[in-house]
Amino acid sequence: MIKVVHYINQFYGGIGGEEKADIRPEVREGVVGPGMALQGALGNDAKIVATIICGDSYFNENLEEATEEILQMVKNYEPDLFIAGPAFNAGRYGVACGTICKAVKEKLNIPVVSGMYPENPGVDMFKKDIYIIETANAATGMRKALPAIAKLGMKLAKGEAIGSPAEEGYIARGVRKNIFREERGSKRAVNMLVAKLKGEPFETEYPMPDFDRVAPNPAVKDLKNAKIALVTSGGIVPKGNPDRIEASSASKYGKYDIEGVMDLTQETYETAHGGYDPVYANQDADRVLPVDVLRELEKEGVIGKLHRYFYTTVGNGTSVANAKKFASTFAQELVADGVQAVILTST
Amino acid sequence: MVKEIERAGIPVVHICTVVPISLTVGANRIVPAVAIPHPLGNPALSKEDEKALRKQLVLKALKALETEVHGQTVFDK
Repeated sequence: MIKVVHYINQFYGGIGGEEKADIRPEVREGVVGPGMALQGALGNDAKIVATIICGDSYFNENLEEATEEILQMVKNYEPDLFIAGPAFNAGRYGVACGTICKAVKEKLNIPVVSGMYPENPGVDMFKKDIYIIETANAATGMRKALPAIAKLGMKLAKGEAIGSPAEEGYIARGVRKNIFREERGSKRAVNMLVAKLKGEPFETEYPMPDFDRVAPNPAVKDLKNAKIALVTSGGIVPKGNPDRIEASSASKYGKYDIEGVMDLTQETYETAHGGYDPVYANQDADRVLPVDVLRELEKEGVIGKLHRYFYTTVGNGTSVANAKKFASTFAQELVADGVQAVILTST
Repeated sequence: MVKEIERAGIPVVHICTVVPISLTVGANRIVPAVAIPHPLGNPALSKEDEKALRKQLVLKALKALETEVHGQTVFDK
């Protein structure tokens, strides 16, 4: 019998939403939440002996401590396989799944598997270290994700050979293997080209790595005379969210005039973000977008001027393509407005 | 978003709680924040202390903007 320990967050654990995202790790015997369907997919040769539940914010705010606590819990069960998630496109959950999987694999030498949407930040952080099954961006993809996770997990637990990313459904780890092919390289290359010209699908044998890095700009020389702009992915908006920026998967950003605004108050500003507990930001939005202290620093002459507009969106399951589009658009406005530096805050 | 602002030629500092995500995304100047739901605040403190904490973080961010960096740099001191 293959013993499995399953890791999930507070939401899938049925403990609560964002208001419970700060709970510490706890362990329950047997299956919880998606573990039931996962157990079905694993079949009769495996048993989920325990489920570990941890709040996403707690994990991400206390990476080392949380990892250590959970490692101890996993160790107690001496499992043959550790499964985390799937996390879909939930960023903090993905980071938690990746972090704990990597630790279980490296410290306890137990095979691990997780599942995430390719844009989850946990993917870029951990795809080289662990097997991550590619999933849809939301829990609607659960039914498809679990069998793939279970299948790969069972293979890993049994020490069976693992096929290519396309065969097994995991996200490419950048591992290259020497294999013998029937046809020589030149022929395969021509076949691929022909397929491409015909508009047919083909699979490259050597995908180019995607290093999208931007070199840092020179430092601000004269802060006392510089115009500084505020930008946030924390969803701060004027009370009532006039442009109706979505609580998740934002399709737009907002640009708001803060001329004469000295302090963001409970009566005037709030957050539209649906991916963290909004209580603190709604009480005082300066906790996310520090307008009050920048006004002070402006008065004290530390900075030249706080830019008249701030830009805001909700960074919660928002696609990379959208975020890129928003920022490349408003960055041009910032340049045109003579802004010399930006403070961008994220929750 | 940090990358697109940087690409446009404006130096940008990212104040965020989960530093590994910021590193993965590609921010160059990073200042670690307090907590996910209140990166620049702490509701457990008095109003005055909380504002002082926020000011300290913003000053650190401004310091980061005034510092030449050659790669991704976390300003955690």
